[in-house]
Amino acid sequence: MSDSQGPLWEVFVQKKSGQPFVHCGNLHAYDKEMALQNARDLYTRRGEGMALWVVPSDAIVSSSPEDMGSFFEPANDKIFRHPTFYQIPDGVGHM
Amino acid sequence: METVNFENVFEAKLAKNDFIEPKDWMPENYRKHLIRQISQHAHSEIVGMLPEGNWISRAPSLRAKLVLLAKVQDEGGHGLYLYTAAESLGTSRDEMLDALLTGKAKYSSIFNYPTLSWADVGAIGWLVDGAAIMNQVMLQRSSYGPYSRAMVRICKEESFHQRQGYEIMTHLAFGTPAQKEMAQDALNRWWYPTLMMFGPPDRESPNSENALKWRIKRETNDELRQRFVNQTVIQAEYLGIEIPDKNLKWNEARKAYDFSEPDWSEFKNVIKGNGPCNKERLLARNKAHHEGEWVREAAAAYGKKLQENKIAA
Repeated sequence: MSDSQGPLWEVFVQKKSGQPFVHCGNLHAYDKEMALQNARDLYTRRGEGMALWVVPSDAIVSSSPEDMGSFFEPANDKIFRHPTFYQIPDGVGHM
Repeated sequence: METVNFENVFEAKLAKNDFIEPKDWMPENYRKHLIRQISQHAHSEIVGMLPEGNWISRAPSLRAKLVLLAKVQDEGGHGLYLYTAAESLGTSRDEMLDALLTGKAKYSSIFNYPTLSWADVGAIGWLVDGAAIMNQVMLQRSSYGPYSRAMVRICKEESFHQRQGYEIMTHLAFGTPAQKEMAQDALNRWWYPTLMMFGPPDRESPNSENALKWRIKRETNDELRQRFVNQTVIQAEYLGIEIPDKNLKWNEARKAYDFSEPDWSEFKNVIKGNGPCNKERLLARNKAHHEGEWVREAAAAYGKKLQENKIAA
């Protein structure tokens, strides 16, 4: 007797056409079709989305929280990547 | 080389109101506390389907039946959000379900009371879901990310539950004298069990201190209970039915209602398994679980076959 629930899948919902797919939660299912149907029943009962992605959770690679500081460090001292770094004279319109 | 003190990092995150995520380091007791709280919360959603499910086949109209079906389906969904949130802490669905089905795990004491009339379905939506929302709104800011996110989704869905319940109460309260009597009777029976939902009084709440320290909870049981009473009095007044408490009185100095505490010995007794429906609820859950066994077995066999084909290919 096995009560296993099958692998875990992460669910992403697109709210409106053109918008990014946003992570909304996860669920268990044995295959893609089951995952998609379960995602529909569990996460879009009120028109929350018009498209769904389901991704096996073990296919997701994440940065490690302990290394957060050094991992993102290269971006910290490059303020010239931001538009506000630059001086633009008045009178040239919006830029 | 700099060594990282994980406990300091954890404390610093809490101090900044940052969230703790599954892969973050966390103290073992924080993890244990969350597994207990989130799995009990999930069990409450699942067992909570039973008292209302009792009325699906006898709902007084097709509209009422559709609404009740949708509500009970939502509760099932809430249970699923919460089970996977608990799983992210390292427990498994099998362990949690086993604890529920063998009676080891607890769930909200409120679901061990019977639904004797249609008015009870109204009272549950209005009072029980109202109390649950009060608690869950607070938990949206809980320090554990997956729990907090599940709460945000649940709160969005839960507001329909309370409103549909109050609508049932208005139909009864403004209906025939017999219907109004039903509404009053339901309020009489559900009032104190609902106040118990917020948990024991702060002076004797064993788990509160850690929950507040770790920002799993943001407010105490008594604070939430008081807010619930303050909010509900006007709703009962509108219905023209009476909250069964002779001591209920506005306290101008406190800007809050004074009210009687529920009978805490009854609360303890229900938690221990001696409420009116504890046995019935556990039997019903076990029956449903066993009747669904063939589905789980078939799905698992299919999953195994997929796995074998993948390896062979």
